[in-house]
Amino acid sequence: MTRAAWNRHLTAAIALAATLAAAPAFAQTLRFGLAEDPDVLDPTLARTFVGRIVFASLCDKLFDIDDKLNIVPQLAESWQWSADGKALTMKLRPGVTFHDGEKFDAAAVKFNIERHKTMAGSNRRGELSLVSTVDVVDPMTARLNLSQPFSPLLAQLADRAGMMVSPKAAQAAGDKFGANPVCSGPFKFVERVAQDRIVLERYPNYWNKGAIHFDRIVFLPIVDATVRLANLKSGQLDFIERVAASDAAAVSSDSRFKLSKITEIGYQGITLNVGKSDLAKTTAIGKDRRVREAFELSLDRDGIVQVVMEGQATVGNQWVAPENPFYAKNMPIPKRDVAKAKALLAAAGMPNPTVTLMTATTSDAQKIAQVVQVMAKEAGFDVKIQSTEFATSLNLADKGQFDAYILAWSGRADPDGNIYSFDACKQPLNYAGFCKPEVDQLLNESRTTADVAARRATYEKIASIVLVERPIIYIYHRHWLWAYTNKLTGLRAIPDGLVRPQGLKFN
Amino acid sequence: MSTYLARRLATILPTLLFVTILIFSLQQLLPGDPAKVLAGEEQDPAVIAYLQKKMHLDQPLPVRYVYWLGGVLTGDLGESLRMQKPVTALIAEKLPVTIELALIAIVIALAIGIPAGIVSAVYKNRWPDYLANAVALWGLSTPNFWLGIMLILFFSVQLGWLPASGYVSPFEDLRANLAAMIMPAFVLGNAIAAVLMRHTRSAMLQVMSSDYVRTARAKGLNERVVVLKHALRNALTPVVTLGALELGTLLSGAVLTEQVFTIPGFGKLIVDAVFNRDYAVVQGVVLFTATAYIALNLLADLAYFLINPRLRG
Repeated sequence: MTRAAWNRHLTAAIALAATLAAAPAFAQTLRFGLAEDPDVLDPTLARTFVGRIVFASLCDKLFDIDDKLNIVPQLAESWQWSADGKALTMKLRPGVTFHDGEKFDAAAVKFNIERHKTMAGSNRRGELSLVSTVDVVDPMTARLNLSQPFSPLLAQLADRAGMMVSPKAAQAAGDKFGANPVCSGPFKFVERVAQDRIVLERYPNYWNKGAIHFDRIVFLPIVDATVRLANLKSGQLDFIERVAASDAAAVSSDSRFKLSKITEIGYQGITLNVGKSDLAKTTAIGKDRRVREAFELSLDRDGIVQVVMEGQATVGNQWVAPENPFYAKNMPIPKRDVAKAKALLAAAGMPNPTVTLMTATTSDAQKIAQVVQVMAKEAGFDVKIQSTEFATSLNLADKGQFDAYILAWSGRADPDGNIYSFDACKQPLNYAGFCKPEVDQLLNESRTTADVAARRATYEKIASIVLVERPIIYIYHRHWLWAYTNKLTGLRAIPDGLVRPQGLKFN
Repeated sequence: MSTYLARRLATILPTLLFVTILIFSLQQLLPGDPAKVLAGEEQDPAVIAYLQKKMHLDQPLPVRYVYWLGGVLTGDLGESLRMQKPVTALIAEKLPVTIELALIAIVIALAIGIPAGIVSAVYKNRWPDYLANAVALWGLSTPNFWLGIMLILFFSVQLGWLPASGYVSPFEDLRANLAAMIMPAFVLGNAIAAVLMRHTRSAMLQVMSSDYVRTARAKGLNERVVVLKHALRNALTPVVTLGALELGTLLSGAVLTEQVFTIPGFGKLIVDAVFNRDYAVVQGVVLFTATAYIALNLLADLAYFLINPRLRG
């Protein structure tokens, strides 16, 4: 290319870019910046949080949750539990079709639940393990039969386990279904370029089409938070999720954008190795409960939230946030008490215990580790920070080769999803190696109790044991920070951090 | 020339075989169980067991290598377990992006580096030389990600001239494609231009003091002809090698630049694959880029023959 031709191209490119940036956003397309590239778009196999954001526009579920975490109908219009709590009968929404035109009915529910339960590599099998059979009562009524009562089931069905895909498309595609998913949500799949974009377009026959005001949604994974925000500011995106806490103030003060925040249903915590391996018998923090209590008392949660999250988190001491209906009020957040921490360490005969604190290399986890190190030092702890790449840290945690490990959980709508796998004996996420038969019994009791007050009472009993034994020290619950153009209205802030497209529109 | 070529070609196969062994065994040194990473948040033991079996992690190392090599020889590089897509399809998807970015970057680098090197050599120890050196030093010492973010903040956020990140296929919209590529390509080309400038300068200085250049001048040739026709041609040989090597490096993916500008090329693909322990992708992409690197080296050697007639024996 000659220099002149090159110049012409460059000038044209710059001019075009300028026009694009200056023109109003494409009115009917919502351009959505994701913090990561989702994994496979098959609800049965999907494993990541970010994938659930895409599913919220692509695949409807039997149920949904509202902003207060109540279960609300989606594809199931109404439901009823049997008296013994072992059968869930659902009346299905009539007139619903999948994106390939196939009808949604009780046979489709049966197919989907069975697919979740039997497909090789299914990540839903554990969530539905207590569902033994599915009956097609009539074309629009399905019944799930359980081997024992399981109160978190509705919450599971309000997530990926309740997502319904077209049986015809799923049978045809087999394990390649995720490359071209066919669901019944408000938008249907158009194309995906790995690490670049996922394009969905409006499904004209959506059962709730009056609530949908966009023709297209384009999801663009942009890992760097600064670049994600730059794209919003320069007009290439309309919405970004997970704004960096340090940018929240700048976004709020810019009149072109709105910032939405809501406390997550997950948590940020420090897992302590109390019995995962023999190492726990030799470390101060593993063998003596008083040392763990001293460690917690040395921490100032408000200080951590200010320094690490610039205030963009709610302090907490349990697996659910303080405003959650299942928060155990008998175990409030302990205040920092360095003197008491020192006294506990003295009583334990270990005034200066060493704690190796393993942390992933993300900037939040690193900051937490540094603040904890400084705070715990005042009580006499010698905290050594061990920065470890995530995959490696997972391996070390699984082998029990750690004292303390900074780990976050994205959270589930039902409290069971935030504690069972972490505190019941030998569960996959029980990195602490915590195991108490009475806690297992209470956890199982909470799963079989449908009554909210009775369940809360059970969780209070559980809290009074596990928050004393401290397999995990819970620190805070992050705020989901979403930034978007001020033209966008109708956003509902649901604590699971997923954006529902229903009701969203440009003014 | 033909014997030389034959000798070069004969070394390629054993080199590639060695590369496959190296890629495969180095990957095994990565700590962490790939099945656990891919199993996601829930860490369901049944899913982990399934993934281990699918990745043949339950088999001994040599057996796994043979599985993989067998696939490679039949053109099957395996499947990305995270994205459920064949590795060859991923490479085919990313390759045009990476090639385009690399080519634009190298064109920018050559367009800046070689003229700057010549000017700097011709005006040795005078102000154009100092200026070129200062610019080169700046290019070498500016971190890619920093320059990238600065460019985004200035040209996209402040001025609103260029898209902040992303990629548009040139077949869809050539202008939008160039608008998206110009900043990342400049970031990459800028650093390489500095290296090329330094090499051109030293090669030119060496050649300019040689006997034949003195003879050319003594013949009364125009200085322009001496520099551009007689000196530059000889000075370019090492610069071509360097350019080819830099191009090879660019083709293996510009990790940080692609991350900052969200360009879906090899760099992003491979980094995500390493962190997700998506073994098949890492192996496939590294093998592919290694092959491309070897091929480019060969092409650079061929280019010597064109530039330097003495080698054409």
